[in-house]
Amino acid sequence: MRWGVITFPGSCDDQDVVDALKLDLKQSVEQLWHKDELRGEFDCLVLPGGFSYGDYLRCGAMARFSPIMSGVVEHARRGGLVLGICNGFQILCEVGLLPGALVRNVGLQFICQPVYLRVEENDSPFTANLKKGQLLKIPIKHGEGCYFADADTLERLHKNRQILLYYVDAKGKATAAANPNGSLENIAGVCNEERNVFGLMPHPEDACNKLLGSDDGAKLFLSIAAAVVEGTKRHG
Amino acid sequence: MAEAGHKKFTQPAVTPELVASHGLNAEEYGKILEFLGREPNYTELGVFSVMWSEHCSYKSSRVYLKNLPTEGPYVLQGPGENAGVVDIGDGLAVAFKMESHNHPSFIEPYQGAATGVGGILRDIFTMGARPIASLNSLRFGAIDHPRTRYLVAGVVAGIGGYGNCIGVPTVGGECYFDACYNANILVNAFTLGLVDKNRIFTGLAQGIGNPVMYVGSKTGRDGIHGATMASESFSEEKEQRRPTVQVGDPFTEKLLLEACLELFQHDYIIGIQDMGAAGLTSSSTEMAGRGGCGIELDLSKVPMRETGMTPYEILLSESQERMLLVAKQGCEGAIKRIFDKWDLDAVVIGRVTDDQQIRTLWDGEEVACMPIRALTKEAPAYHRPTARPAYQDQVQQLDLANIPEPKDFGAVLKQLLASPNLASKEWIYRQYDQFVRTNTIIAAGADAAVIRIKGTEKGLALVADGNSRYCYLDPYVGGALAVAEAARNLACVGARPVGLTDCLNFGSPENPEVMWQFAEVIHGMRDACLALHIPVVSGNVSFYNETDGVPIHPTPTIGMVGLLEKVERVVTPWFKTAGDIVALLGRTREELGGSEYLKTIHGLTRGTPPWIDLKLELAVQTCCIEAIEQGLLQSAHDVADGGLAVALAECCIGGPDKPIGARVETHEMIRADALLFSESQSRILVSVKENNLERLQELAEQHHVPLLALGTVGGGRLAFQPLLQLPVEELRGIWSNGLTAQLE
Repeated sequence: MRWGVITFPGSCDDQDVVDALKLDLKQSVEQLWHKDELRGEFDCLVLPGGFSYGDYLRCGAMARFSPIMSGVVEHARRGGLVLGICNGFQILCEVGLLPGALVRNVGLQFICQPVYLRVEENDSPFTANLKKGQLLKIPIKHGEGCYFADADTLERLHKNRQILLYYVDAKGKATAAANPNGSLENIAGVCNEERNVFGLMPHPEDACNKLLGSDDGAKLFLSIAAAVVEGTKRHG
Repeated sequence: MAEAGHKKFTQPAVTPELVASHGLNAEEYGKILEFLGREPNYTELGVFSVMWSEHCSYKSSRVYLKNLPTEGPYVLQGPGENAGVVDIGDGLAVAFKMESHNHPSFIEPYQGAATGVGGILRDIFTMGARPIASLNSLRFGAIDHPRTRYLVAGVVAGIGGYGNCIGVPTVGGECYFDACYNANILVNAFTLGLVDKNRIFTGLAQGIGNPVMYVGSKTGRDGIHGATMASESFSEEKEQRRPTVQVGDPFTEKLLLEACLELFQHDYIIGIQDMGAAGLTSSSTEMAGRGGCGIELDLSKVPMRETGMTPYEILLSESQERMLLVAKQGCEGAIKRIFDKWDLDAVVIGRVTDDQQIRTLWDGEEVACMPIRALTKEAPAYHRPTARPAYQDQVQQLDLANIPEPKDFGAVLKQLLASPNLASKEWIYRQYDQFVRTNTIIAAGADAAVIRIKGTEKGLALVADGNSRYCYLDPYVGGALAVAEAARNLACVGARPVGLTDCLNFGSPENPEVMWQFAEVIHGMRDACLALHIPVVSGNVSFYNETDGVPIHPTPTIGMVGLLEKVERVVTPWFKTAGDIVALLGRTREELGGSEYLKTIHGLTRGTPPWIDLKLELAVQTCCIEAIEQGLLQSAHDVADGGLAVALAECCIGGPDKPIGARVETHEMIRADALLFSESQSRILVSVKENNLERLQELAEQHHVPLLALGTVGGGRLAFQPLLQLPVEELRGIWSNGLTAQLE
């Protein structure tokens, strides 16, 4: 399969996603520059973490206007996979590919720490390899990761089972203490109704090697890779 | 357009008052007259003022700094460049440096700390190195001082705000509180970068006629005379200095970083330097000084973000995120294309000349012309008078007979673990991205941070360390202990030191007692560096850390880098498995002088700091490193502030997993409080699987290092028989919340 990782001005984790995919997971990756039009065929596009345009305006509000974004939207409309991590999640919300918004952490501080995530749904390409209720240990690092959606949106998220990951404690409970940033209902990651666009605040690329403390992040990337191979077999 | 905003510049007359307001004394002004053979004009006066400031010229410290050992088999670049560089094998080298941003951080904590991080990052990537890890060493006033909370919150947010945004992990550091910093906090920032050893760039101007290019942010009026401000003591009016603090833009720095690293892949340039303190002035003169040439700058070509700026302001602005480079002729267009891609200015503003002068033009007219040597190597250097402080003998007096031994040692341990200097610093470091670049194997909170080097089996250990209480009580010993402890921290993770950088924070050099402290600290550092074979490759001096004539304690901060040949063998400080044997390398003596115990429990900063035998120190460190390399150790932790009891508690509760207890027993013939809390040097607390104990004993014997088995790991309590016994969960709670409770 072919991964494309987009670099916006101010992206910080772009190289980390590339390294995790290439070095740890032996995937084929192309790096894409935000000023270019999206050319070529990709199975999954990754919008990485960082501070696009410095995030001096609302996070992701500028990056959504980068030239490459129209191609990303088009790719998603055609059913291509899109993964937004942290700032990438924020950009996907700003451009309207994902519902809701990410606002300032409830404690007002930037937080960097490993968290536990519980897999809620596994009928998406992003979680298909995982079990429902499975726990993943992956770091978060953000100042504006508090997920918010209005009541109607939240209802739709539940109805369509679009919430894929929750922040939980080591026992798997979505307690208030396990919610690092004040996210609505401990939501850590959501997909769109079509289930081909997924955004999450934790950084799976930081957890793809046991030396770094966890390789649970690799499970998400490998799930995507497996789903693409499966899809190719089915359609091919 | 800025060009349209040029105004005709008339130089104000140079009067004795103007000279004095530039911080130049009569003798220095006389030297300027000699160098020029005439009176300087206003612009030249400004340039001399910043270049001869303590901050830029090191005029009080140079004569001492040259005594530090700077050479070693792996040193590729010693002091004098933007950063030191050390060879680590595999064709790779590391560039690192530490720098202070003390004065600005006190005046405006967020921006002061943020631009401190920005400045040190540029010092690293200007060498051609990609920054891969940062540390910081922070000193604040007493935790209950009314300004401390505001300063801590601002400084930490500023470091995070800049470092997180640029994508360089802050992997560790240290933070201490003491009333001596109430009005002079210290913010020392360290960054390390990785570079291909054959592609190191330096701040060099050469090749007559080569174009001089300005790249990065536009120039504004911020930070004018920042270097001069950093070369003065604070007094009541320090609030008015706020406008001299620069404002950071980490996003632009991120673009500048990526653009420069892209540039370094080509052979387009001769040299490059960050415009840091004293901005365009220092970068251009220092580059020309190193190349033995001259430089001509047309200041009207400098990209400006404000209208009506004068040549004086342009030369002295400390606007951030700017670099000066000397291009190879004909490469200007290619260079410009790279910076265009990143939406940054890249403009030719001058050329290299052969007359060893810096000549600056404004709309074609010369506005300043001075010999380079007068601004660089022939800047004033002083042998300032030194005097041992009158109080020195008195503060060293400590009669333990007058110190009552506590009745409840458990209560004392809890009080120590809750104290701001020993409590967990998680409140601070969780505001920093510690993981970006995906190399972080041990993050903040251990003896040293450890990062891997992708594509190799190697790892790097990094530490920032210093103990100013020791230095206050005996600056010579304190200087030696600072170096020794930093190296010991590296040994605890299994790394061998490859080099050090320092930030030397002191009061006014014009005070002979401060100058004596400085001389003594340097002497102590030198002896420890020689004994432990560690070269000093870069550093920075920050004088004038005093307010209303009261200096801070002498505070040398040591940043040290160690190499692990096989990073997978790394060891953490925390106990792992029930049944492992707890053992101590080194010996505990009755040394309570200068201890955290004496300060926190008895309110005393007195006595002489612990004694050190540098030969034994090296033996202990070598023994620990070899034990780790042979896979003998489960954990290793330096016994430092708070002594053996605190070190044991940290081994039980400091790790990321559930706390684990330990039961130990020892009978040294010393006071019980000294046994628990003495800060005797050259000690490392280890745990080892029972079947490896014998091999460890043999290794210790080989190195003539005392090894004492103390007890075993396991259970839910830390028991130090017969003195104390406490549940580790309770200790974890006290230690975790100690700082947070005081800051929130």
